[in-house]
Amino acid sequence: MKISDNEILLSVQDLKVYFKSEDEIARAVDGISFDVRRKETVCIVGESGCGKTVAALSIMGLVPIPPGEIAGGRILFRGMNLLDFDDTEIQKIRGNQIAMIFQEPLTSLNPVFTIGNQIGEAINIHENIPDKEVIKRSQQLLKDVGIDSPAERLSDYPHQLSGGQRQRVMIAMALACDPDLVIADEPTTALDVTVQAQILRLMNAIQKRRSMSVLYITHDLGVVSKVADRVCVMYAGILAEQGSRTNIFTGPKHPYTQALLASLPSREKRGQRLYSIPGTVPHPAYKPRGCPFHPRCPHAIQTCREQYPGMCDYGDGHQARCPVLFDGNGANWSE
Amino acid sequence: MDGIPSKSGTILQVEDLKKYFPIRRGFFQKITGWVRAVEDLSFTIGKRKTLGLVGESGCGKTTVARLILKLLEADEGKILFNGLDITKLDEKEMKPLRKEIQIIFQDPYGSLNPRMTVGQSIAEGLKIAGFDNRSETQQRLEKLLKMVGMSPAGIDRFPHEFSGGQRQRIGIARALSVEPALIICDEPISALDVSIQAQIINLLKDLQDQLNLSYLFISHDLNVVGYLCDMVAVMYKGHIMEYSPADALFDNPVHPYTHLLLSAIPDTERSYTSDMNAIGDEPANTLNPPVGCSFRERCPISEDRCKQSDIDFKKVGDDHLVRCWKVAKDGSYQFFS
Repeated sequence: MKISDNEILLSVQDLKVYFKSEDEIARAVDGISFDVRRKETVCIVGESGCGKTVAALSIMGLVPIPPGEIAGGRILFRGMNLLDFDDTEIQKIRGNQIAMIFQEPLTSLNPVFTIGNQIGEAINIHENIPDKEVIKRSQQLLKDVGIDSPAERLSDYPHQLSGGQRQRVMIAMALACDPDLVIADEPTTALDVTVQAQILRLMNAIQKRRSMSVLYITHDLGVVSKVADRVCVMYAGILAEQGSRTNIFTGPKHPYTQALLASLPSREKRGQRLYSIPGTVPHPAYKPRGCPFHPRCPHAIQTCREQYPGMCDYGDGHQARCPVLFDGNGANWSE
Repeated sequence: MDGIPSKSGTILQVEDLKKYFPIRRGFFQKITGWVRAVEDLSFTIGKRKTLGLVGESGCGKTTVARLILKLLEADEGKILFNGLDITKLDEKEMKPLRKEIQIIFQDPYGSLNPRMTVGQSIAEGLKIAGFDNRSETQQRLEKLLKMVGMSPAGIDRFPHEFSGGQRQRIGIARALSVEPALIICDEPISALDVSIQAQIINLLKDLQDQLNLSYLFISHDLNVVGYLCDMVAVMYKGHIMEYSPADALFDNPVHPYTHLLLSAIPDTERSYTSDMNAIGDEPANTLNPPVGCSFRERCPISEDRCKQSDIDFKKVGDDHLVRCWKVAKDGSYQFFS
């Protein structure tokens, strides 16, 4: 491996994003840190309301301010802090070097413009090239994402395409300016399993071909186990655990990660009772004191109710934020 | 259709069910074509058993649910509930049977009336079923909420005060209120958070044991189906392609479409390997299905004979039926070497 392969492309450091309303503060993202290296696939996994989408949007500079507020931290992209950039500066990076794929291909595409218009727009914003070139490039992009007869498809409107094809168009738009990092927010949630498998395979092939890094945002641990190099598990705004895919799936340390994996139904668990995590995900504005997971945690002790959890380091980038682990009292618990 | 055995422990038996929807165009709403939503569908659900109905969106799963509930009239075929063909019944005759078959919907947000309290929502079904003793109703509501793991204090609260998982529990309590024998679960957990899904799955299993319920479990999530279901029917474009006990389906899938579905499961524990590489993106619409096998156009091993119409089920094992030309009459087959 060359040294440049191991280069850190994106480094999020102690990021805090809060949303303020008249009488409450929702701490959507509350101090998360992670790195994305070149060519690496990182997955942020968590349940709804855990702050994973807000984290992604803040990297793109798309958090609405107000009511949102970046309350602290840094987002370093190639060593530059994106949070210091003003609108025109971030515009040069957004879509060009960092691109995003959204969950709902139907609502993220404009219904009154053709596919060609929309891919062309993405190119025109960042590069000043003649129309002919734009059309040629658009066709090549559609071909890259596996759409048949791209020349004709360019004049189609979004409603004329199927869900899987729309998601392919979204990917083509994200790739238009040859980005170094693609952020994919639940890219396959709205799709059938068979189509999901195709899209994931396509993303993987493109990523290899273009040496991109991909940051997936998802709630689906099944998808994570298929695509991730590294996994970040988020819960209620904090990063509960992060590590390599093997770390997370075969040696999870945090009680939340362990509980999530134990609660997944599968054919092998037939006849056994599924482990179910009691209670519900806390509202971002009313998070419990101490460790946010403690009301649902089977291992919670008094410390967990009082003390914000420290990060416990297992080496090789495997970290878990848990007061019990941090104190070394329960590091050997099993499921 | 022969091949699907009818046993005495059967609660629901569906035979050769068919439903086409007309496509109307123009000023006079002339019928210009038909959507073949459900075609020659047959399956049985045993008492206290769970049948999983799986397939991609648009394959007709929900139409099947609505036909069984008689929210839609079948064009052809029989739906035998405890031996009685409900397709022949009129509205009046159907009424006493309605409480026997209930449904749990996918979206716990959309399926509860926001202006009705939880108690009112659950009691509505009781009232329609002719249960109007007020103090007994109250007792029953409390019992129902306890049964689904909620505090009876929730009776006078409104749906928006509850989380998604709790709302799904309310939906389940509502279905249980009239003491049904069969519950149709239409994607009951796909809108819920991962940590909540296990709670609802456990609840459905507990209730089945306590109340001797039968389930028709409609889902696209094969991990859940493999965990929960006794029998599985794999549907593609209105047809059942493979019908099998869950174990046999996962251990020994036969139909190429089942292979395709299984190979697409994102599973944390194991991966299915197969030579499946479907052609094309996703199912073409049910508007103009190809003659012959409906999966033919995406099937990697299709041959000329797959264009012939009317493929019948072929038996490849105990209760294991497959609709594919490449399975020989005696049940032998060789797809992937």
